[in-house]
Amino acid sequence: MLQTSPRAIPALYRSSVGKKAIMAVTGVLLVLFLIAHMVGNLKVFLGPAEIDEYAAWLRTIGAPLLHHEWFLWIQRVVLLAALVLHMTMAYQLARRARRARPVRYRHRAKVQGSYAARTMRWGGVIIALFVIYHILDLTTGTVNPGYQHGEVYRNLVADFAPERWYVTLFYTLAVVAVGFHLRHGLVSATQSLGAASPQRARTLNLAATAFAVVMVAGYLSVPFAVTVGLVD
Amino acid sequence: MKLTLRVWRQKGPQDKGGMVEYQLDDVSPDMSFLEMLDVLNERLILDGEDPIAFDHDCREGICGMCSLVINGTPHGPEKATTTCQLHMRKFSDGEVIDIEPWRSQAFPVIKDLVVDRSAFDKIIEAGGYISAPTGSAPDAHAVPVPKPDADRAFEAAECIACGACVAACPNGSAMLFTAAKVTHLGLLPQGQPERYDRVVNMVEAHDEAGFGGCTVTGECTVACPKGIPLDTIAQLNRDYLAATAGRRKKS
Ligand code: HEM
Ligand code: SF4
Ligand code: FES
Repeated sequence: MLQTSPRAIPALYRSSVGKKAIMAVTGVLLVLFLIAHMVGNLKVFLGPAEIDEYAAWLRTIGAPLLHHEWFLWIQRVVLLAALVLHMTMAYQLARRARRARPVRYRHRAKVQGSYAARTMRWGGVIIALFVIYHILDLTTGTVNPGYQHGEVYRNLVADFAPERWYVTLFYTLAVVAVGFHLRHGLVSATQSLGAASPQRARTLNLAATAFAVVMVAGYLSVPFAVTVGLVD
Repeated sequence: MKLTLRVWRQKGPQDKGGMVEYQLDDVSPDMSFLEMLDVLNERLILDGEDPIAFDHDCREGICGMCSLVINGTPHGPEKATTTCQLHMRKFSDGEVIDIEPWRSQAFPVIKDLVVDRSAFDKIIEAGGYISAPTGSAPDAHAVPVPKPDADRAFEAAECIACGACVAACPNGSAMLFTAAKVTHLGLLPQGQPERYDRVVNMVEAHDEAGFGGCTVTGECTVACPKGIPLDTIAQLNRDYLAATAGRRKKS
Protein backbone atom coordinates (compact mmCIF):
# COMPACT_ATOMS: atom_id res chain seq x y z
CA MET A 1 0.00 0.00 0.00
CA LEU A 2 1.23 3.48 -0.82
CA GLN A 3 1.19 6.17 1.80
CA THR A 4 2.78 9.54 2.29
CA SER A 5 5.61 10.05 4.72
CA PRO A 6 4.23 10.79 8.17
CA ARG A 7 7.52 12.04 9.59
CA ALA A 8 8.20 14.61 6.88
CA ILE A 9 8.86 17.67 8.99
CA PRO A 10 10.56 16.00 11.97
CA ALA A 11 12.99 14.09 9.71
CA LEU A 12 13.74 17.28 7.84
CA TYR A 13 14.51 19.12 11.03
CA ARG A 14 16.33 16.30 12.80
CA SER A 15 18.69 14.96 10.16
CA SER A 16 22.01 16.43 9.13
CA VAL A 17 20.73 16.60 5.54
CA GLY A 18 17.53 18.41 6.58
CA LYS A 19 19.47 20.91 8.67
CA LYS A 20 21.56 21.81 5.66
CA ALA A 21 18.40 22.28 3.58
CA ILE A 22 17.06 24.67 6.22
CA MET A 23 20.36 26.56 6.16
CA ALA A 24 20.12 26.78 2.39
CA VAL A 25 16.58 28.16 2.33
CA THR A 26 17.17 30.71 5.11
CA GLY A 27 20.46 31.64 3.46
CA VAL A 28 18.68 32.34 0.18
CA LEU A 29 16.27 34.68 2.01
CA LEU A 30 19.20 36.56 3.51
CA VAL A 31 20.89 36.79 0.10
CA LEU A 32 17.74 38.30 -1.43
CA PHE A 33 17.86 40.94 1.28
CA LEU A 34 21.57 41.54 0.64
CA ILE A 35 20.92 42.17 -3.06
CA ALA A 36 18.13 44.68 -2.37
CA HIS A 37 20.19 46.37 0.35
CA MET A 38 23.20 46.79 -1.92
CA VAL A 39 21.13 48.29 -4.70
CA GLY A 40 19.56 50.68 -2.20
CA ASN A 41 22.97 51.74 -0.87
CA LEU A 42 24.17 52.68 -4.35
CA LYS A 43 21.58 55.48 -4.39
CA VAL A 44 24.05 57.45 -2.29
CA PHE A 45 25.84 58.25 -5.56
CA LEU A 46 22.72 60.03 -6.81
CA GLY A 47 22.80 62.57 -4.00
CA PRO A 48 21.19 63.17 -0.60
CA ALA A 49 17.67 63.69 -1.91
CA GLU A 50 17.60 60.32 -3.75
CA ILE A 51 18.79 58.13 -0.89
CA ASP A 52 16.85 59.90 1.85
CA GLU A 53 13.70 59.66 -0.24
CA TYR A 54 14.44 55.99 -0.79
CA ALA A 55 14.77 55.43 2.97
CA ALA A 56 11.48 57.24 3.52
CA TRP A 57 9.82 55.11 0.82
CA LEU A 58 11.03 51.94 2.58
CA ARG A 59 8.81 52.98 5.47
CA THR A 60 5.75 53.42 3.29
CA ILE A 61 5.87 50.12 1.39
CA GLY A 62 2.44 48.51 1.32
CA ALA A 63 0.58 51.74 2.17
CA PRO A 64 -2.25 52.32 2.51
CA LEU A 65 -2.84 48.65 3.37
CA LEU A 66 0.13 48.60 5.71
CA HIS A 67 0.70 51.36 8.22
CA HIS A 68 3.95 53.38 8.39
CA GLU A 69 6.97 51.00 8.87
CA TRP A 70 4.80 47.88 9.05
CA PHE A 71 6.44 46.36 6.04
CA LEU A 72 9.85 47.12 7.52
CA TRP A 73 8.91 45.41 10.75
CA ILE A 74 7.55 42.35 8.95
CA GLN A 75 10.79 42.18 7.02
CA ARG A 76 12.82 42.52 10.22
CA VAL A 77 10.92 39.68 11.88
CA VAL A 78 11.30 37.41 8.84
CA LEU A 79 15.02 38.19 8.49
CA LEU A 80 15.62 37.70 12.18
CA ALA A 81 13.81 34.36 12.15
CA ALA A 82 15.83 33.29 9.10
CA LEU A 83 19.05 34.40 10.75
CA VAL A 84 18.27 32.61 14.03
CA LEU A 85 17.38 29.37 12.20
CA HIS A 86 20.46 29.66 10.00
CA MET A 87 22.75 30.13 12.99
CA THR A 88 21.07 27.47 15.14
CA MET A 89 21.48 24.86 12.40
CA ALA A 90 25.09 25.94 11.89
CA TYR A 91 25.79 25.66 15.59
CA GLN A 92 24.19 22.21 15.87
CA LEU A 93 26.08 20.91 12.85
CA ALA A 94 29.36 22.34 14.14
CA ARG A 95 28.84 20.64 17.49
CA ARG A 96 28.00 17.40 15.70
CA ALA A 97 31.16 17.67 13.62
CA ARG A 98 33.33 18.27 16.68
CA ARG A 99 31.92 15.18 18.37
CA ALA A 100 32.41 13.11 15.23
CA ARG A 101 36.19 13.36 15.57
CA PRO A 102 37.15 13.30 19.26
CA VAL A 103 40.78 12.33 18.56
CA ARG A 104 42.58 14.60 16.11
CA TYR A 105 45.32 13.62 13.69
CA ARG A 106 48.87 14.16 14.88
CA HIS A 107 49.96 14.90 11.34
CA ARG A 108 47.58 17.37 9.76
CA ALA A 109 47.88 17.50 6.01
CA LYS A 110 47.41 20.66 3.99
CA VAL A 111 43.68 21.04 3.40
CA GLN A 112 42.44 20.71 -0.15
CA GLY A 113 39.15 22.58 0.21
CA SER A 114 38.75 26.27 -0.52
CA TYR A 115 39.50 29.04 1.97
CA ALA A 116 35.85 30.08 1.78
CA ALA A 117 34.67 26.59 2.74
CA ARG A 118 36.97 26.45 5.75
CA THR A 119 35.98 29.84 7.13
CA MET A 120 32.20 29.46 7.02
CA ARG A 121 31.83 29.05 10.79
CA TRP A 122 34.12 31.81 12.04
CA GLY A 123 33.19 33.99 9.09
CA GLY A 124 29.55 33.60 10.08
CA VAL A 125 30.33 34.68 13.65
CA ILE A 126 32.15 37.78 12.39
CA ILE A 127 29.21 38.68 10.14
CA ALA A 128 26.74 38.28 13.04
CA LEU A 129 28.82 40.61 15.24
CA PHE A 130 29.03 43.06 12.35
CA VAL A 131 25.26 43.05 11.87
CA ILE A 132 24.80 44.02 15.53
CA TYR A 133 27.31 46.86 15.25
CA HIS A 134 25.85 47.90 11.92
CA ILE A 135 22.30 48.20 13.28
CA LEU A 136 23.57 50.22 16.26
CA ASP A 137 25.43 52.38 13.75
CA LEU A 138 23.07 53.16 10.90
CA THR A 139 19.62 52.10 12.09
CA THR A 140 19.46 53.19 15.73
CA GLY A 141 22.38 55.62 15.45
CA THR A 142 23.76 54.65 18.86
CA VAL A 143 27.38 54.59 17.71
CA ASN A 144 27.06 57.04 14.81
CA PRO A 145 28.39 60.60 15.38
CA GLY A 146 25.45 63.05 15.41
CA TYR A 147 22.96 60.56 13.97
CA GLN A 148 19.78 62.03 12.45
CA HIS A 149 16.80 59.76 11.77
CA GLY A 150 15.89 59.71 8.10
CA GLU A 151 19.03 61.57 7.00
CA VAL A 152 20.76 58.54 5.58
CA TYR A 153 23.17 60.55 3.41
CA ARG A 154 24.37 62.65 6.32
CA ASN A 155 24.75 59.61 8.56
CA LEU A 156 26.82 57.76 5.96
CA VAL A 157 29.11 60.72 5.35
CA ALA A 158 29.64 61.18 9.10
CA ASP A 159 30.25 57.45 9.53
CA PHE A 160 32.95 56.91 6.93
CA ALA A 161 34.77 60.25 7.29
CA PRO A 162 38.54 59.83 6.73
CA GLU A 163 39.37 60.31 10.43
CA ARG A 164 37.05 57.41 11.24
CA TRP A 165 39.15 55.09 9.02
CA TYR A 166 38.82 52.28 11.56
CA VAL A 167 35.05 52.16 10.97
CA THR A 168 35.65 51.88 7.23
CA LEU A 169 38.25 49.20 7.89
CA PHE A 170 35.83 47.20 10.03
CA TYR A 171 33.13 47.50 7.35
CA THR A 172 35.63 46.36 4.76
CA LEU A 173 36.62 43.28 6.74
CA ALA A 174 32.98 42.41 7.39
CA VAL A 175 31.95 42.85 3.77
CA VAL A 176 34.88 40.73 2.57
CA ALA A 177 33.81 38.08 5.11
CA VAL A 178 30.31 38.29 3.61
CA GLY A 179 31.87 37.79 0.17
CA PHE A 180 33.62 34.58 1.20
CA HIS A 181 30.52 33.41 3.02
CA LEU A 182 28.45 34.01 -0.12
CA ARG A 183 30.98 32.32 -2.39
CA HIS A 184 30.85 29.02 -0.56
CA GLY A 185 27.29 29.48 0.65
CA LEU A 186 25.83 29.63 -2.85
CA VAL A 187 27.67 26.52 -4.04
CA SER A 188 26.80 24.71 -0.84
CA ALA A 189 23.12 25.70 -0.94
CA THR A 190 22.84 24.43 -4.50
CA GLN A 191 24.26 21.11 -3.33
CA SER A 192 22.09 20.98 -0.19
CA LEU A 193 18.93 21.57 -2.20
CA GLY A 194 19.97 18.82 -4.59
CA ALA A 195 20.35 21.06 -7.62
CA ALA A 196 24.08 20.57 -8.21
CA SER A 197 25.13 18.37 -11.10
CA PRO A 198 28.43 17.54 -12.78
CA GLN A 199 27.40 19.41 -15.95
CA ARG A 200 26.67 22.56 -13.98
CA ALA A 201 29.61 22.48 -11.55
CA ARG A 202 31.89 24.85 -13.51
CA THR A 203 29.16 27.36 -14.27
CA LEU A 204 28.01 27.27 -10.67
CA ASN A 205 31.50 27.93 -9.31
CA LEU A 206 32.04 30.81 -11.71
CA ALA A 207 28.62 32.29 -11.02
CA ALA A 208 29.12 32.10 -7.25
CA THR A 209 32.51 33.82 -7.49
CA ALA A 210 31.18 36.50 -9.82
CA PHE A 211 28.19 37.15 -7.59
CA ALA A 212 30.36 37.42 -4.48
CA VAL A 213 32.75 39.83 -6.21
CA VAL A 214 29.89 42.04 -7.43
CA MET A 215 28.34 42.13 -3.96
CA VAL A 216 31.63 43.00 -2.26
CA ALA A 217 32.41 45.72 -4.81
CA GLY A 218 28.92 47.17 -4.60
CA TYR A 219 28.90 47.30 -0.82
CA LEU A 220 32.44 48.63 -0.48
CA SER A 221 31.98 51.36 -3.08
CA VAL A 222 29.87 53.36 -0.61
CA PRO A 223 32.22 53.66 2.40
CA PHE A 224 35.26 54.04 0.11
CA ALA A 225 33.57 56.81 -1.87
CA VAL A 226 32.89 58.67 1.36
CA THR A 227 36.39 58.14 2.74
CA VAL A 228 38.12 59.43 -0.41
CA GLY A 229 35.69 62.35 -0.69
CA LEU A 230 33.71 61.31 -3.79
CA VAL A 231 30.59 61.49 -1.65
CA ASP A 232 30.52 64.29 0.92
CA MET B 1 65.70 3.61 0.85
CA LYS B 2 66.07 4.66 4.47
CA LEU B 3 62.87 5.70 6.17
CA THR B 4 61.70 6.85 9.58
CA LEU B 5 58.21 5.70 10.43
CA ARG B 6 56.13 7.19 13.22
CA VAL B 7 53.28 4.76 13.77
CA TRP B 8 50.22 5.02 16.00
CA ARG B 9 50.44 2.16 18.52
CA GLN B 10 47.50 1.39 20.78
CA LYS B 11 47.21 -1.89 22.70
CA GLY B 12 43.42 -1.99 22.74
CA PRO B 13 40.24 0.07 22.62
CA GLN B 14 40.81 1.46 26.13
CA ASP B 15 44.53 2.17 25.77
CA LYS B 16 45.51 5.81 25.33
CA GLY B 17 47.97 5.07 22.54
CA GLY B 18 50.72 7.17 21.01
CA MET B 19 53.15 7.53 18.12
CA VAL B 20 56.16 5.15 18.14
CA GLU B 21 59.20 5.71 15.95
CA TYR B 22 60.85 3.00 13.81
CA GLN B 23 63.90 3.15 11.53
CA LEU B 24 63.93 1.15 8.29
CA ASP B 25 67.20 0.83 6.37
CA ASP B 26 66.61 -1.20 3.23
CA VAL B 27 63.22 -0.44 1.79
CA SER B 28 62.90 -1.19 -1.93
CA PRO B 29 61.09 1.46 -3.97
CA ASP B 30 59.19 -1.39 -5.62
CA MET B 31 57.56 -2.49 -2.38
CA SER B 32 53.97 -1.61 -1.75
CA PHE B 33 53.26 0.38 1.38
CA LEU B 34 51.83 -2.69 3.09
CA GLU B 35 54.84 -4.84 2.11
CA MET B 36 57.03 -2.23 3.75
CA LEU B 37 54.98 -2.69 6.93
CA ASP B 38 55.23 -6.50 6.54
CA VAL B 39 59.03 -6.18 6.51
CA LEU B 40 58.93 -4.06 9.65
CA ASN B 41 56.55 -6.51 11.32
CA GLU B 42 58.83 -9.49 10.55
CA ARG B 43 61.63 -7.65 12.27
CA LEU B 44 59.41 -6.81 15.26
CA ILE B 45 58.38 -10.46 15.57
CA LEU B 46 62.02 -11.63 15.44
CA ASP B 47 62.82 -9.08 18.14
CA GLY B 48 60.00 -10.50 20.24
CA GLU B 49 57.90 -7.36 19.95
CA ASP B 50 54.21 -7.02 19.17
CA PRO B 51 53.76 -6.53 15.39
CA ILE B 52 51.81 -3.50 14.16
CA ALA B 53 48.18 -4.39 13.56
CA PHE B 54 46.70 -3.02 10.31
CA ASP B 55 43.78 -4.02 8.12
CA HIS B 56 44.23 -5.51 4.65
CA ASP B 57 42.77 -8.27 2.54
CA CYS B 58 42.81 -8.24 -1.26
CA ARG B 59 45.87 -6.02 -1.68
CA GLU B 60 44.62 -5.19 -5.14
CA GLY B 61 42.50 -2.14 -4.42
CA ILE B 62 39.05 -3.70 -4.45
CA CYS B 63 38.10 -4.89 -0.96
CA GLY B 64 38.33 -1.62 0.96
CA MET B 65 40.04 -3.11 4.02
CA CYS B 66 43.32 -1.22 3.98
CA SER B 67 42.92 2.01 5.88
CA LEU B 68 45.95 4.06 6.79
CA VAL B 69 46.24 7.80 7.16
CA ILE B 70 49.69 8.51 5.74
CA ASN B 71 51.16 11.92 6.53
CA GLY B 72 47.68 13.18 7.31
CA THR B 73 46.14 11.91 4.06
CA PRO B 74 43.89 8.82 3.96
CA HIS B 75 45.48 6.23 1.61
CA GLY B 76 48.53 8.45 1.23
CA PRO B 77 49.79 10.89 -1.40
CA GLU B 78 48.79 9.16 -4.64
CA LYS B 79 45.44 10.19 -6.13
CA ALA B 80 42.72 7.55 -6.56
CA THR B 81 44.87 4.82 -5.03
CA THR B 82 44.29 2.60 -2.02
CA THR B 83 47.05 2.12 0.55
CA CYS B 84 47.71 -1.41 -0.73
CA GLN B 85 48.29 -0.10 -4.25
CA LEU B 86 50.61 2.67 -3.10
CA HIS B 87 54.31 2.07 -3.77
CA MET B 88 57.34 3.23 -1.86
CA ARG B 89 58.69 4.99 -4.96
CA LYS B 90 56.18 7.72 -4.15
CA PHE B 91 58.32 8.58 -1.13
CA SER B 92 61.86 9.90 -1.00
CA ASP B 93 64.93 8.48 0.70
CA GLY B 94 65.25 9.62 4.29
CA GLU B 95 61.60 10.69 4.55
CA VAL B 96 59.72 10.68 7.83
CA ILE B 97 56.30 9.05 7.39
CA ASP B 98 53.50 9.38 9.94
CA ILE B 99 50.96 6.55 9.95
CA GLU B 100 47.68 6.90 11.84
CA PRO B 101 44.32 5.10 11.88
CA TRP B 102 41.05 6.57 10.49
CA ARG B 103 39.91 9.09 13.11
CA SER B 104 36.18 9.06 13.72
CA GLN B 105 33.98 8.70 16.75
CA ALA B 106 32.01 6.10 14.77
CA PHE B 107 35.17 4.11 13.90
CA PRO B 108 36.70 3.27 17.29
CA VAL B 109 40.28 1.96 17.26
CA ILE B 110 40.46 -1.77 18.01
CA LYS B 111 44.22 -1.99 17.99
CA ASP B 112 47.04 0.11 16.51
CA LEU B 113 45.85 1.03 13.01
CA VAL B 114 42.77 -1.19 12.94
CA VAL B 115 39.40 0.49 13.40
CA ASP B 116 35.91 -0.96 13.73
CA ARG B 117 33.92 0.08 10.66
CA SER B 118 30.67 -1.67 11.55
CA ALA B 119 28.96 1.74 11.53
CA PHE B 120 29.06 1.35 7.71
CA ASP B 121 27.28 -2.01 8.05
CA LYS B 122 24.52 -0.25 10.00
CA ILE B 123 24.07 2.23 7.15
CA ILE B 124 23.98 -0.59 4.60
CA GLU B 125 21.50 -2.56 6.70
CA ALA B 126 19.24 0.48 6.76
CA GLY B 127 18.78 0.53 3.00
CA GLY B 128 21.73 -0.67 0.96
CA TYR B 129 19.77 -3.42 -0.75
CA ILE B 130 17.05 -4.05 -3.33
CA SER B 131 14.25 -6.57 -3.16
CA ALA B 132 14.60 -9.13 -5.91
CA PRO B 133 12.21 -12.03 -6.41
CA THR B 134 13.73 -15.47 -6.20
CA GLY B 135 13.45 -17.91 -9.08
CA SER B 136 15.22 -18.00 -12.38
CA ALA B 137 17.39 -15.01 -13.19
CA PRO B 138 15.82 -12.49 -15.61
CA ASP B 139 17.49 -11.82 -18.94
CA ALA B 140 20.32 -9.36 -18.56
CA HIS B 141 18.68 -6.86 -20.93
CA ALA B 142 15.09 -7.38 -19.85
CA VAL B 143 14.97 -3.97 -18.14
CA PRO B 144 16.36 -1.12 -20.21
CA VAL B 145 18.50 1.44 -18.34
CA PRO B 146 19.20 4.86 -19.90
CA LYS B 147 22.91 5.15 -20.64
CA PRO B 148 23.56 8.28 -18.51
CA ASP B 149 21.88 6.64 -15.50
CA ALA B 150 23.81 3.44 -16.03
CA ASP B 151 27.06 5.40 -16.19
CA ARG B 152 26.39 7.40 -13.04
CA ALA B 153 25.19 4.34 -11.14
CA PHE B 154 28.26 2.44 -12.24
CA GLU B 155 30.56 5.24 -11.17
CA ALA B 156 28.91 5.33 -7.72
CA ALA B 157 29.00 1.53 -7.48
CA GLU B 158 32.78 1.67 -7.48
CA CYS B 159 32.73 2.64 -3.78
CA ILE B 160 34.57 -0.03 -1.82
CA ALA B 161 33.35 1.17 1.58
CA CYS B 162 36.85 1.85 2.84
CA GLY B 163 35.91 4.92 4.89
CA ALA B 164 38.64 7.24 3.61
CA CYS B 165 35.95 9.87 3.01
CA VAL B 166 35.14 9.86 6.73
CA ALA B 167 38.81 9.96 7.66
CA ALA B 168 39.40 12.97 5.40
CA CYS B 169 36.28 14.97 6.19
CA PRO B 170 36.82 17.84 8.67
CA ASN B 171 33.27 17.16 9.92
CA GLY B 172 33.82 13.41 10.20
CA SER B 173 30.92 12.92 7.80
CA ALA B 174 30.19 9.68 5.95
CA MET B 175 27.95 11.41 3.43
CA LEU B 176 30.06 10.50 0.40
CA PHE B 177 29.84 6.81 1.25
CA THR B 178 26.09 7.03 1.94
CA ALA B 179 25.54 9.06 -1.23
CA ALA B 180 27.50 6.55 -3.32
CA LYS B 181 25.10 3.81 -2.20
CA VAL B 182 21.98 5.95 -2.61
CA THR B 183 23.07 7.02 -6.10
CA HIS B 184 24.14 3.56 -7.18
CA LEU B 185 20.85 1.89 -6.18
CA GLY B 186 18.51 4.85 -6.68
CA LEU B 187 19.34 5.42 -10.33
CA LEU B 188 18.71 1.85 -11.44
CA PRO B 189 15.24 0.40 -12.13
CA GLN B 190 15.88 -2.41 -9.65
CA GLY B 191 16.39 0.14 -6.88
CA GLN B 192 13.16 2.06 -7.43
CA PRO B 193 10.78 0.27 -5.02
CA GLU B 194 12.80 1.29 -1.95
CA ARG B 195 14.25 4.50 -3.38
CA TYR B 196 12.65 7.05 -1.05
CA ASP B 197 12.63 4.86 2.05
CA ARG B 198 16.24 3.99 1.42
CA VAL B 199 17.53 7.53 1.45
CA VAL B 200 15.64 8.52 4.61
CA ASN B 201 16.64 5.37 6.48
CA MET B 202 20.27 5.44 5.41
CA VAL B 203 20.66 9.08 6.41
CA GLU B 204 19.05 8.28 9.75
CA ALA B 205 21.48 5.40 10.33
CA HIS B 206 24.33 7.68 9.25
CA ASP B 207 23.35 10.32 11.81
CA GLU B 208 22.71 7.77 14.56
CA ALA B 209 26.18 6.31 14.12
CA GLY B 210 27.58 9.71 15.12
CA PHE B 211 28.99 10.86 11.78
CA GLY B 212 29.02 14.60 11.16
CA GLY B 213 27.00 16.47 8.54
CA CYS B 214 28.31 17.45 5.11
CA THR B 215 29.39 21.06 4.59
CA VAL B 216 30.54 20.54 0.99
CA THR B 217 34.23 21.03 1.72
CA GLY B 218 35.09 18.37 -0.86
CA GLU B 219 37.93 16.77 1.10
CA CYS B 220 36.20 13.38 0.73
CA THR B 221 36.31 13.12 -3.08
CA VAL B 222 39.95 14.13 -3.09
CA ALA B 223 40.80 11.32 -0.65
CA CYS B 224 38.47 8.72 -2.18
CA PRO B 225 40.49 5.96 -3.87
CA LYS B 226 37.64 5.42 -6.32
CA GLY B 227 37.02 9.08 -7.12
CA ILE B 228 33.36 9.01 -6.09
CA PRO B 229 32.18 12.48 -7.20
CA LEU B 230 30.87 15.08 -4.76
CA ASP B 231 27.65 15.51 -6.72
CA THR B 232 26.46 12.09 -5.58
CA ILE B 233 25.72 13.98 -2.36
CA ALA B 234 23.51 16.38 -4.34
CA GLN B 235 21.68 13.31 -5.65
CA LEU B 236 21.22 12.09 -2.07
CA ASN B 237 19.99 15.52 -0.95
CA ARG B 238 17.54 15.68 -3.88
CA ASP B 239 16.08 12.26 -3.07
CA TYR B 240 16.00 13.05 0.64
CA LEU B 241 14.08 16.29 0.13
CA ALA B 242 11.72 14.58 -2.31
CA ALA B 243 11.07 11.89 0.31
CA THR B 244 10.52 14.27 3.23
CA ALA B 245 9.48 17.78 2.15
CA GLY B 246 8.13 16.52 -1.18
CA ARG B 247 6.32 13.64 0.51
CA ARG B 248 7.21 11.16 -2.19
CA LYS B 249 5.23 7.98 -1.88
CA LYS B 250 6.81 5.38 0.31
CA SER B 251 6.57 1.66 -0.14
C1 HEM C 1 29.47 48.78 3.57
C2 HEM C 1 28.34 48.39 3.21
C3 HEM C 1 27.03 48.76 3.89
C4 HEM C 1 26.46 50.03 4.07
C5 HEM C 1 27.02 51.36 3.63
C6 HEM C 1 25.20 49.81 4.74
C7 HEM C 1 24.31 50.85 5.08
C8 HEM C 1 23.12 50.65 5.75
C9 HEM C 1 22.18 51.71 6.12
C10 HEM C 1 22.37 53.21 5.80
C11 HEM C 1 21.14 51.13 6.78
C12 HEM C 1 19.91 51.85 7.38
C13 HEM C 1 18.81 51.92 6.35
C14 HEM C 1 17.63 52.75 6.84
O1 HEM C 1 17.76 53.50 7.82
O2 HEM C 1 16.58 52.62 6.20
C15 HEM C 1 21.38 49.71 6.83
C16 HEM C 1 20.54 48.75 7.40
C17 HEM C 1 20.82 47.37 7.48
N1 HEM C 1 21.96 46.72 7.00
FE1 HEM C 1 23.47 47.61 5.98
N2 HEM C 1 25.03 48.47 4.97
C18 HEM C 1 26.14 47.78 4.48
C19 HEM C 1 26.41 46.42 4.52
C20 HEM C 1 25.58 45.47 5.14
C21 HEM C 1 25.84 44.04 5.19
C22 HEM C 1 27.07 43.35 4.58
C23 HEM C 1 24.81 43.47 5.89
C24 HEM C 1 24.54 42.01 6.25
C25 HEM C 1 25.39 41.12 6.50
C26 HEM C 1 23.92 44.53 6.28
C27 HEM C 1 22.78 44.36 7.03
C28 HEM C 1 21.85 45.36 7.33
C29 HEM C 1 20.61 45.13 8.02
C30 HEM C 1 20.12 43.76 8.54
C31 HEM C 1 19.95 46.39 8.09
C32 HEM C 1 18.55 46.65 8.59
C33 HEM C 1 18.36 46.93 9.98
C34 HEM C 1 16.88 47.23 10.11
O3 HEM C 1 16.10 46.30 10.28
O4 HEM C 1 16.52 48.38 9.98
N3 HEM C 1 24.40 45.72 5.80
N4 HEM C 1 22.60 49.43 6.20
S1 SF4 D 1 33.12 6.94 -1.08
FE1 SF4 D 1 35.30 6.52 -1.61
S2 SF4 D 1 36.38 6.99 0.30
FE2 SF4 D 1 34.23 6.78 0.88
S3 SF4 D 1 33.99 4.63 1.47
FE3 SF4 D 1 33.49 4.72 -0.73
S4 SF4 D 1 35.45 4.29 -1.78
FE4 SF4 D 1 35.98 4.77 0.35
S1 FES E 1 43.68 -4.37 0.86
FE1 FES E 1 41.85 -4.52 -0.34
S2 FES E 1 41.63 -2.51 -1.07
FE2 FES E 1 43.55 -2.39 -0.06
